[in-house]
Amino acid sequence: MPFLPVILWSDVLIWLLLLAAILLGWLSARNPLWRTAWQRVGRSRAGMASATLLLAFAVVGLLDSLHYRPRLTVDGGQEAPAQPATYAVEVLSLLDALLTPLRTRNEKTYSEPLATRAHAKETIEVRGSDGRLQQTRDHPRLRYGGAHLGADEEQRDADVAGRVLQALGLALLAWAAVAVAVCGGVARAQASGWRQAWRRLWRSGGDFAWSAVLCALAALLLLAMPVALLATDYHVFGTDKVGQDVLYQVLKSVRTALVIGLVTTLVMLPLSVLLGVLAGYFRGWVDDIIQYLYTTLSSIPGVLLIAAAVLMMQVLIDTHPQWFATAAERADLRLLALCFILGVTSWTGLCRLLRGETLKLRELEYIQAAQAFGVSSLRIIGRHIVPNLMHIVIIALVMDFSSLVLAEAVLSYVGIGVDPTMISFGTMINNARLELAREPMVWWSLSAAFFFMFSLVLAANLFADAVRDAFDPRLAGSP
Amino acid sequence: MSALQSRHGEELLAVRQLRVAFAHGRSLLPAVDGIELRLAAGETLALLGESGCGKSATALALLRLLPAAGRIVTGEVLFGGRDLMRLPESEMRAVRGGGMAMIFQEPATSLNPVLTVGRQLAEVLARHRALSGAAAQATALELLVAVGIADAPRRLGEYPFQLSGGMKQRVMIAMALAGEPRLLIADEPTTALDVTIQAQILELLRRLQAERAMGMLLITHDLGVVAQMATRVGVMYAGEIVEEAPRAAFFAAPRHPYAQKLFAALPDLARRGGQLQTIPGQVPSLSAMPAGCRFAARCEHAWELCRQQSPQWRQVAVNHRVRCHLDDGLVSRGRDGGSITAAGEALAVVAVAPALLAVDDLRVHFPIRRGILQRIVGQVRAVDGVSLALARGRTLALVGESGCGKTTVGKAILQLLPASGGRVRLLGEQLGSGARSPRRALRRHMQMIFQDPFASLNPRLSVGEIIAEGMRALAVGGPAAGRRATNAAAVAAVLQQVGLPAEAAGRYPHEFSGGQRQRIAIARALAVQPDLVICDEPTSALDVSVQAQILNLLATLQGELGLAYLFITHNFAVVDHLAHEVAVMYLGRIVEHGLVDEVLRSPRHPYTRALLSAVPSPRLDATSGFIRLPGEIPSPAAPPAGCHFHPRCRQASELCRQKYPPPSRLSATHAVHCHLYPPAGERD
Repeated sequence: MPFLPVILWSDVLIWLLLLAAILLGWLSARNPLWRTAWQRVGRSRAGMASATLLLAFAVVGLLDSLHYRPRLTVDGGQEAPAQPATYAVEVLSLLDALLTPLRTRNEKTYSEPLATRAHAKETIEVRGSDGRLQQTRDHPRLRYGGAHLGADEEQRDADVAGRVLQALGLALLAWAAVAVAVCGGVARAQASGWRQAWRRLWRSGGDFAWSAVLCALAALLLLAMPVALLATDYHVFGTDKVGQDVLYQVLKSVRTALVIGLVTTLVMLPLSVLLGVLAGYFRGWVDDIIQYLYTTLSSIPGVLLIAAAVLMMQVLIDTHPQWFATAAERADLRLLALCFILGVTSWTGLCRLLRGETLKLRELEYIQAAQAFGVSSLRIIGRHIVPNLMHIVIIALVMDFSSLVLAEAVLSYVGIGVDPTMISFGTMINNARLELAREPMVWWSLSAAFFFMFSLVLAANLFADAVRDAFDPRLAGSP
Repeated sequence: MSALQSRHGEELLAVRQLRVAFAHGRSLLPAVDGIELRLAAGETLALLGESGCGKSATALALLRLLPAAGRIVTGEVLFGGRDLMRLPESEMRAVRGGGMAMIFQEPATSLNPVLTVGRQLAEVLARHRALSGAAAQATALELLVAVGIADAPRRLGEYPFQLSGGMKQRVMIAMALAGEPRLLIADEPTTALDVTIQAQILELLRRLQAERAMGMLLITHDLGVVAQMATRVGVMYAGEIVEEAPRAAFFAAPRHPYAQKLFAALPDLARRGGQLQTIPGQVPSLSAMPAGCRFAARCEHAWELCRQQSPQWRQVAVNHRVRCHLDDGLVSRGRDGGSITAAGEALAVVAVAPALLAVDDLRVHFPIRRGILQRIVGQVRAVDGVSLALARGRTLALVGESGCGKTTVGKAILQLLPASGGRVRLLGEQLGSGARSPRRALRRHMQMIFQDPFASLNPRLSVGEIIAEGMRALAVGGPAAGRRATNAAAVAAVLQQVGLPAEAAGRYPHEFSGGQRQRIAIARALAVQPDLVICDEPTSALDVSVQAQILNLLATLQGELGLAYLFITHNFAVVDHLAHEVAVMYLGRIVEHGLVDEVLRSPRHPYTRALLSAVPSPRLDATSGFIRLPGEIPSPAAPPAGCHFHPRCRQASELCRQKYPPPSRLSATHAVHCHLYPPAGERD
């Protein structure tokens, strides 16, 4: 086998979450109330545009969640047939494989975006025209950035412009293909002519905001395509201190952000739903205990608790190196520990909300009617209370996602976040912060991380807004 | 005085072709469609109609206070000679409160809970009369006295939560009066109040109007209130005024079929035991207004022309106009056509059957806890020694004002609340004790129908699931095998019983109107084949015409299935129509109990008398001997010593202050707790 699959715990959770999302979709399709709610989300333009962007992020994250260790080959590409196969200690993902040139073409140190020469001056020896070695201080030429231009560095601007134009053309072509496919699908679904279907796509108030999806897709393609074409020969977002490509880093950070944002909710949700509903429904001493628990927990400063837990985890990891075959597994465990502790510290808000709502629901007459039938408490909770809380849970889920992504950045910045070897927005910002004081400033690392994180969080927030509007029963009736 | 005289009769408000619509998506749904109104000073115009007819939208449009989605499409509102629709917002603010003021339905939410009464009054005074400091204080005090609030200086410094509902409504009225408005718009001012308080407030409004020569636009759905208050009546239906008449002419002979139907749908003694006339269907929704006459779909006299063409105004008498294609002769008064069947015989059966339900000295006390250790410092005696008996096929009405504990009695019987004392026996077996499974078996025999059909159905379950829940929980319909199929059949049967199509089982509650939802709630209760149904104000959230449908349904079901109803209500017309026996509750105790004729025709207890006299009658010939009850219901946490009613009773004697009166039997069925009627043994 040319590779050895590596299954990290976070991979398992991510794919399970995908499965859960598909299951939720299937259940929603069967339940008419949920179906109409999701259809309302589908009609929201902002919601669908942000969903398109989120989907792109999700694809990147999922590609980055299939890990393997490549087989080591003996120099020269010849495999030694007799020896047992040996695999590299480095764990790669499918995304790494796709981005191989980006991953491997490391420069010596900082370089600006699209640069052909390094950021810092060095002493270089140049053989002068008279044949003598001359020492000069200049920006050295990059090993990979713009290497294909050879000595002809002046050509860079023309080359970049040409590639961008080419990429824009390709992007438009790709977009047109998608648009035609969508139009054809709509035409077939509604058994109408193409022209009519096309007009329907762009008219507002339709069943699904295709226009928003197509617009978002166009914007995405027009931005991503030039980056992709330029990335083959340039460092589009520059390189960092150790010469690694920043574009590669931000793409790798997406998975970390998604894991933090999604897996944490797995920890948080059962705690808050179960405890919140129990406290609200049974009241009395159950309520007292649960309230005591979350008031105590939420009065401890969250950062302190997280710092303590992460440091304990780090000690545990350091004292048991034999548990981990690779560095990736070690980093992964720390990531999960971070998710867990974030979940434990952040369930109180939702729990309080659900407790209050349950207190309100349990006094409603349909609950009393069920009690008059002698329906058991657990059944009342399962059938009458939890379904009527689901809109709050869904709203809280999507709203929390963005705050968790931001929390990770902050925690990594103060050094108690993910493993330093794991690329995340937080570690990127942390590494870049010292360089802000340099003159001339190294701005690209920070800006790239900022731009990607901003678009991820903004898309998540806009989507959360659309979901809230669709699921909130008080707003559901309004257009 | 002459100035006041001259103000009387002067035209105050003229509304021409007012159209109000609500934006829904990209379309405008018309809520009020070209109404015309005139109102003179000193006059009360009552706008009458069911919910969803556009009454409140009209009132809000006059003040230009429509919600964000509301638009005034066209129309002219001339108020004191100025067109309000053309005024800039800054001048409009002077009109609101200064020119016309509004009283809202719900006093509890119309006052700001974090400001004292004095502050809220001072705010209006500062805005409209430029009063501040001591002058404002003095005026505020004057206003509170004018609206009949006792101990006014103290009340000025109090917060709304310290006031009772009736007092809050008085404060609202005082605030409305603070700007010295010339027109008062009262949007269902007494709907949220008890009858005795309602009578006080209506009396107050009448007095203030006479004193200040204000015009009043009264919005209500209650014909009784209209009969007491109005000088003229406008009947609204689906955004149009369909009839306009002076009060006397309207109550003597309403012309529009809708108005006639409203009268016919009112439950009263004449049709006891029989069927009430109902208006089939419901008010059309805003998005599906019929093209012709809007009432055509529900009108039994409708003919071709009605469906095609909207009728024009037609003068039928002086000041009496109607919008209907029908000629006079065609429509006879619907009231007389009511079927008076089986009125007497149902009543003739005196309770001889063995009691299905026997409640003996039921007590429900809620502890009041204080302090860190949650020590019990007192008891709220919500129900304090109630005894009842109810036989199969009979209806016992439990009446009383809010807070008297009648709903608590119902819930305690159903074991939804733990009883603190006393016994409840159903079918001879005692409830509230013993193991879980026999209790569950007994649950089958009693069910409850709740007040609010919008809160009593789980919005996330389909109608079929809602109805089947009880069957499954109580294992009605045999063992688990094949239960699904039998359940589906049973659900269909029960739906048919309450007059809903079997397809309704697959739909969700939000697709149904209030009346249909109440039918579903009844179907849910019937699904487990109970013997006793506790109805907790099942019609108070419904319109008159729908109320009639539900009352008819309940009566039919009782006839067919022999159900016993414990009917909890504050509506005496419904009691009169449906009940066999009545028990009047005051502060957790039954003060009078007897057959419906005995209690309603010859009430003995002073409280019953006061209650009955306070009920506004939808007739002109009603005797207006309203017995004014001073004060409000005392708190059940600290009931007065002796007879609970003595602080509000005019006939109270020293004995009443010392000792709770024992029951006095006036006849075999009629008992009263009052010292005015000493028990037989002590008499002579």
